[in-house]
Formats: sequence, C-alpha cells, structure tokens
Amino acid sequence: MELSSFAAALGGGVLIGLSAILLMIFNGRIAGISGILSSAIFPDKKWTDKQFTGEKSSDNADDESGPAWQWFFIAGLVLTGVIYTLVYEQLGLPVFEFDTVSQPMLLIGGLLVGLGCSLGRGCTSGHGICGIGRLSLRSIVATCVFIAVAAGTAVFIH
Amino acid sequence: MKTSSMKRKITALLSGVLFGAGLLLSGLADPAKVIGFLDVSRISNGTWDPSLMVVMTGALAVYMSLFYLVVKPNIRAGLAPVFDAKYHLPEKKTLDSQLVLGAALFGLGWGVVGICPGPAIVNIATLDINLGLFVLAMLFGLYIGKQLKSAQLNMVKAS
Repeated sequence: MELSSFAAALGGGVLIGLSAILLMIFNGRIAGISGILSSAIFPDKKWTDKQFTGEKSSDNADDESGPAWQWFFIAGLVLTGVIYTLVYEQLGLPVFEFDTVSQPMLLIGGLLVGLGCSLGRGCTSGHGICGIGRLSLRSIVATCVFIAVAAGTAVFIH
Repeated sequence: MKTSSMKRKITALLSGVLFGAGLLLSGLADPAKVIGFLDVSRISNGTWDPSLMVVMTGALAVYMSLFYLVVKPNIRAGLAPVFDAKYHLPEKKTLDSQLVLGAALFGLGWGVVGICPGPAIVNIATLDINLGLFVLAMLFGLYIGKQLKSAQLNMVKAS
C-alpha cells in the first residue's frame, strides 16, 4: 500500500468520523445511511399514533415543516458527489466503474443490501462506525457478520 | 422553535457533505477498491488492499473518542444535544436472529457488488446506469424490509 493511498484512507476515515460525531453531538442522531434513506423515502406515520393516543405534540414535532432532516443529509451526500463529477478531470482524480458484475447481479446485490440493512437495522456506517463507536454489542456482532460474509462472498465471486 | 429545526437541518446537510467527502477521499466510494479489500484471497499474492481497515480505524478513532469525551458524559448528566431535546439512540440492546440474518444478507450483497448504501448515494451524480439499477434495487430492498418489520410488529401487537 502506497503512502498516499494510506493517507487518503486515513484522512477520509477521519472525515467520516467527524461527520458522524457532528450529527450526534449537535442533533443527537446516528449517521446510519441505510436508516436515513429508509426514514426519508419511506417515513413512519408517527403522527397518526400520536393523534390516536391523544399525545401532545412533542418538543420538536410542531416545527418539523418542510422536508425531514434526513433529506438534508442525503442532499449533502449527493452535493459532494456532484462536485466530484465536476472537478475530477481537472484534479486528476479516479473515475469509478460500476460494471464489474453483470446487471442481474447488480440488481440481486442491491436487493440484498437494502433488505439486509433494513432487517439488520444498519449498514457499514450505522453499525460499523456509530455502533462500534459507542461499543454496542449488537453493532459489533452485526459488523463482524457482514464483513465476514462479504469477504467470503468476494473471494468466491471475484 | 423554528430556528432549532433549521439548525438541525443545516447540521445534517454539513454532515452529509463531510460524509460524502470522506467516502470519496478514502476510496470507499470505489467498488473496485472495496472488492480489493473484501477479497482476502489477494493476501496470498500481495495485491490485497487494506485501505478499508484504515478508513474504519480513522473513523472509529474520531467517533469513539468524541463519543466518550462529549456525548456519554452529556447523557449521564441528563443533558441534550445542542440542537435537539434528546439523543436518539437505539433502545434494543440484546442480540436476535433478525440482526444476524440481516447482517448476513447485507454482507452477501456487499461482497457481490462492493457498494454499500453511502457510496451508492454519493455516486448518484455519475448518472451511471449500472449504479442506478443498484440504487433502485437497494431502495426496493429497504422497502420490503420495512414492510416485513411492520408486519412483524403488528403480529406482536395482535398476540
């Protein structure tokens, strides 16, 4: 491993850690991408429960007009990607390829990633960083399982 | 108060930007690099790429130290995060088969394609058709999972 690639990996990791802890310190939220995606696109209709139980609107329910905070996090992620596609040529940054496996495999892989993250309640970020970062037993087990299975699968397929 | 909602959303946007930058800089957004890490058989011929381990170490070093220096003492003292009334942490503490099954299915998909949810979203801007297929399938998977979990919840409530 070259020094520059090591430094990039470490620096990138630090940025991810900072991003995730920022969200926890300021908003009290876990930076779990699969959970954020799921809550943004398939939101719980919690308000119906509240109406049903007659619960008063809580501390922040009354001011949550407009898109949920999850959409802002996703917008930030997408925005960084947009900037990357605009500058990578000038800066000599790498282009990524998404055709290493066939399209049917991409579909099956995507389905498994989505279903697995939903049932397992987290992905690389939610379990692997935020969960392990607070020494959650569930996240430690989940991370060991998905890394081991992914490594086994990658050895078998690639 | 309207202002705290706005502050939460701006924080979320900044956090998303930083997260995306981290994914792109670290190489995690590149499926080939992820497969280069996951395919541990490459250790034997010296082409294995340990980057992902370095990324996780860097991220965990920052997250864990600040969690135990700032967040944990705050929770113990009954304090709230800066812009919200409480910390939103998972209530489940015990292991169950659904956690292991879910993690295994995720690992299977990740090992095949080399893309996990964060990189999938940060790469949307490439407008790559293959990535688009993956993202659609992933969202469909999240939807099925959500339906299964709510069906399960209703069964528990009914019994």
